[in-house]
Amino acid sequence: MSHALVVQLNLLLAALILLTSFALLVQRRMFAILHIFAWQGFFLGVSTAIIGFATGVHHLYLSSLLTLVMKVILLPYILYKLILKLKIHREIESMMNVPTTMMIGIALVIFSYHLTEPIRQLSALMTRTTLAVALATVMLGLLMMVTRRHAVSQIIGFLAMENGLFFAATSATYGMPMVVELGVALDLLIAAFIFGIFFFHINTTFDSLDVDQMAKLKETD
Amino acid sequence: MTALDIAGFSILLLLGTAVVCPLFSRWERLLIPVAFALAAFAAGAVTLAGFLALSQGINSAATIPLGLPGLPFNIRLDPLAGFFLIVIGTLSLFTSIYSIGYVRSYLGQRPVTPLVLFYLLFMAGMLLVIIADDAYLFLVAWELMAAASYFLVMYEDERAENRRAAFLYLLVAHVGAIGILLSFGVMAGLATGFDRFDGYTFDAMRAAHLSPGWSTAAFFLAFFGFAAKAGVIPLHVWLPEAHPVAPSNVSALMSGVMLKTSIYGMVRVGFDLLGEFPWWWGGIVLVFGLISAVLGVLYALMQHDLKRLLAYHSVENIGIILIGLGLAMIFTAFHFPALAALALVAALYHTLNHALFKGLLFMGAGAVIHATRERNMEEMGGLIRPLPWTSGLFLVGCISISGLPPFNGFVSEWLTFQAFLLSPALPQPLLKLLIPLGAALLALTGALAAACFVKAFGVTFLGSRRGHRKGEKIHEVGPAMLLGMSLTALSCLALGVLPTFVIGWLDAIPQQLLGGHLATTAGQFGWLWLTPATADRASYSGPLVFGVILAVVAVTYLLLHVRGASIRRVPLWDCGFERITPRMQYTATAFAMPIRRVLGFLFDIREQVELVSPQNHPVMADNIRYRLRIRDRIWAWLYAPQADAAFWVARWVGKLQQGRIQIYLMYSFVTLIVLLVFLG
Amino acid sequence: MSLHPLAIELLQLALLLGLAPAFAGWVKIVKCRLQGRTSPGLLQPYRDISRLFIKDVTLAEGASWIFRFTPYLIFGVTVLAGAIIPLVSTELPLADTADIIALVMLFAIVRFFTALAGMDIGTAFGGMGSSREMMISALAEPAMLMAVFTVSLTSSSTSLTRMVEVMSRGDFTIRPSMAFALIAFILVALAETGRIPVDNPATHLELTMIHEAMILEYSGRYLALIEWAGMMKLMLFFSLGIAAFTPWGIATSGEPLALLAGAALFILKLLLGGVIMVLIETSMAKMRIFRVPEYLGSAFLLATLGMIAFFILE
Repeated sequence: MSHALVVQLNLLLAALILLTSFALLVQRRMFAILHIFAWQGFFLGVSTAIIGFATGVHHLYLSSLLTLVMKVILLPYILYKLILKLKIHREIESMMNVPTTMMIGIALVIFSYHLTEPIRQLSALMTRTTLAVALATVMLGLLMMVTRRHAVSQIIGFLAMENGLFFAATSATYGMPMVVELGVALDLLIAAFIFGIFFFHINTTFDSLDVDQMAKLKETD
Repeated sequence: MTALDIAGFSILLLLGTAVVCPLFSRWERLLIPVAFALAAFAAGAVTLAGFLALSQGINSAATIPLGLPGLPFNIRLDPLAGFFLIVIGTLSLFTSIYSIGYVRSYLGQRPVTPLVLFYLLFMAGMLLVIIADDAYLFLVAWELMAAASYFLVMYEDERAENRRAAFLYLLVAHVGAIGILLSFGVMAGLATGFDRFDGYTFDAMRAAHLSPGWSTAAFFLAFFGFAAKAGVIPLHVWLPEAHPVAPSNVSALMSGVMLKTSIYGMVRVGFDLLGEFPWWWGGIVLVFGLISAVLGVLYALMQHDLKRLLAYHSVENIGIILIGLGLAMIFTAFHFPALAALALVAALYHTLNHALFKGLLFMGAGAVIHATRERNMEEMGGLIRPLPWTSGLFLVGCISISGLPPFNGFVSEWLTFQAFLLSPALPQPLLKLLIPLGAALLALTGALAAACFVKAFGVTFLGSRRGHRKGEKIHEVGPAMLLGMSLTALSCLALGVLPTFVIGWLDAIPQQLLGGHLATTAGQFGWLWLTPATADRASYSGPLVFGVILAVVAVTYLLLHVRGASIRRVPLWDCGFERITPRMQYTATAFAMPIRRVLGFLFDIREQVELVSPQNHPVMADNIRYRLRIRDRIWAWLYAPQADAAFWVARWVGKLQQGRIQIYLMYSFVTLIVLLVFLG
Repeated sequence: MSLHPLAIELLQLALLLGLAPAFAGWVKIVKCRLQGRTSPGLLQPYRDISRLFIKDVTLAEGASWIFRFTPYLIFGVTVLAGAIIPLVSTELPLADTADIIALVMLFAIVRFFTALAGMDIGTAFGGMGSSREMMISALAEPAMLMAVFTVSLTSSSTSLTRMVEVMSRGDFTIRPSMAFALIAFILVALAETGRIPVDNPATHLELTMIHEAMILEYSGRYLALIEWAGMMKLMLFFSLGIAAFTPWGIATSGEPLALLAGAALFILKLLLGGVIMVLIETSMAKMRIFRVPEYLGSAFLLATLGMIAFFILE
């Protein structure tokens, strides 16, 4: 593979990651959200492997493998089981105005481009251009957590945010040290289990996973 | 005689005619044709003067020994002024011809002499604004224009809504005038120091070097003032009130050209008097332009009063012009004179186009109202049959304003799009990303305008007659009105089909102001192709579009009529539904419903459906009542709090009023003492 | 030897006029196959049109000249559009008549007059169709413009021939911006040509029709012209997509062999495009009219992402 082709492939994957972030933002169906999330993990893993190949930083292969296992197989599987068990797989989420959400999303992308512009000028890495996409993915994940009402989609927003951070690390410095990455992976796994337990509790308390219900916890004055 | 002389004498002719008008108030039947013919003559002469100035690049000035001692009036004619003389002159010419027929309909109902008098003064005021070369004459002319148009809006003064609209207009116009006055004050004061008076000429202002802070203040004061007059959102509230209630020939002039004097003012102050500015001025102008364009057309879509709808479209089109100006300012600030020239020419071209098609539409609306005595579109329908000529001419206006080729509105919108698409040349990465989104908004505006005019034309002229006055006989309007409208419609077509000539002449303005110019034509048969940037980049050929469509239509028509297939007139099919009545047609409100639903969050909408049923049975209602109220959110956000505050202050100040003479004397006494203490 | 440009222009028009019904027939065939029905064959649209041309016209009583003029205008404008888009060769004398923005506006004239004709006869359905059509077009236009803008960034031109030349000359590069723009273009094109999921060209069910509602009262040669122009419009949107995104193989000279190869390749792409459209149409259901804004919003989003991708990534 020539260098130019690698760069182009990486850009394409970055664009796809951005696309999946937007798809997560506006998708209403639970399983579809899960699928998109898995695809995002897949693109992220492939992108990491390609960068590893092109730069010769070999521990990226391991990160890539870790990403694929964690984010394409393990986490979606856990969430899948959870959704089935909670019997919410048919639920369609009501959410704020989709076009407005999209517009805010576009504004966030432009904002992250503006923020990373100085870094772009300074950096000499081949992945410097994808930094804006990484930052945008983080912000879009956050936006998803803000706009969603369903606890499961909020968690996926959180996980998408982590994807963005991971991608940012690869594009800014060719990945974090292995120890950190392993630690983060473990954290995510444990977080997924804890989320599951919380979901059960929320569901039994409120009979729904709509987080707006939690407004009931507020003491009225 | 020089071009400046022609313009000056034409204005004198207008003023003179206005002065002698009252003497002939007893022979109104004679006064109308004579006065409006003179007005048309003056308008034609002014157009000629403007054209001479523009095509020959004349830049001549003169001083008139009028005004205050030591402060004579200065006038000047340069390509920019010449262009605006053409804009005002052309439409005034057509409107004056139209008025000969239109104003006659008021005979016997109310005195027409005031209408004629203020019409002439109004024209003279607008023309004086353009050729003024100092702040003093400019403001005098500006006030003449505002006052004359105030009386014109008030013309049918027996209705309370007209008086209210006229008052609102006067109020906003004067708040705006204060902004302009302050802006000139800043520029004049900093040009020569605040203790001397000779900084009031535009020459002195041009020569002055203002600090960035002061020049920003001067520009935005002027922008505020001109925006108030132009009806830029959020200063637009007076416009949809005042324009519809004026007589239609006056509405045509107000919407078509009076708003343009503000555009002239912005160009004059921004590009000529100040000259140097940072890019974000242009950014702000662009944002206001986009807001006005999108909201203006959306509000227009919600109207069912024909003239109000047109008035909101003026807000939209002023927005489109401001978009061009804003882009020109951004490009100028980054030193791209050629690109700035393109954007500026787009803005100016749209100025001319809007003057013509909006004038045409208002004249057409006037003809419809004249014929039906009705302004509400819901009461119209099927007028294409009794009004064949008016409807055809109105259709030309609708196509032009919707920006469809081969008419003129398309050319200027296309140029604006081209200016947008050149934004990747800018060095600022953020602007590169944001400006194209503006182009998307402009596309939205264009498509919504088309929707709005399908509605306006369809509900007014097509289908069959609705409403209470179904049986009344309607007659086509007279020849003078038709002539005025036909000339305007022809100009719309000519400006759309032959844009290369116009742009060739317009090129003198960016050369004068920016030092850049366009590559308008390229290669063989250059006049055929409009290529604003380079031939590779984009091209449009008005004559070919028009010619080929015409040719194909003609050939198809002939081929299909070789064999005489017969046409049978049959009742409506409508999927087999038999008892169809005019009430089942889509109304203007129904037409706009999908868009109201999609973009309704921008309005304050209150919708009520009431079922009147004998047994309070929700299914078996025999009467359904539907109420819809749509309001401008801006009124509630911006104006209502101010009005409330004003009333609150007034109540407090009102306590000063006691009604006893001693107390008033005491006020004066106390004031005197206080002044003596502070000044002594 | 090389053909005169005017001859190429005429050949292209002949190709468009002649092939448009066949293309419509092809789409129908593929659709029938996919849905397990027998198809009426490739020639059915020709038979339909010629039958309509022969029949007499029945005209509604209230119809004005607008109603009678509209079919001719629609036909004329569509033919002009067909003379501008390069199908098999870039050597077109009329190609510079309008760039891609003006071309979009040409289709807007068609829509404007169709909507007026819908309102002309004064039925409820006509007004309904016009109103919906104008709403959809208002939302489709910004998305279309962003897609066009993204494509024009690569070639820094909005002239179609220039775009084709730039795209077909350069080396193969992966451009995420183009991919985004292509998807956006497909979404918008489905809406503009009145296909599923936005409108259903085959329906006459009262409350779901949009385009059909406007032309409900047409008959005879008027209907024939409208139908033919509609088929051409469908083909032209495909050609526009091919020219803007996958122009490879188009002839850049007037040599007969190159032209022949270009034509063959063009027809191949067209057939493939038809299959793709049918796949989209069969796998989707027609959506409620008030879901269309979301659909077109997604198209706008994709086009904007394409533009952002161009500036950020390329």
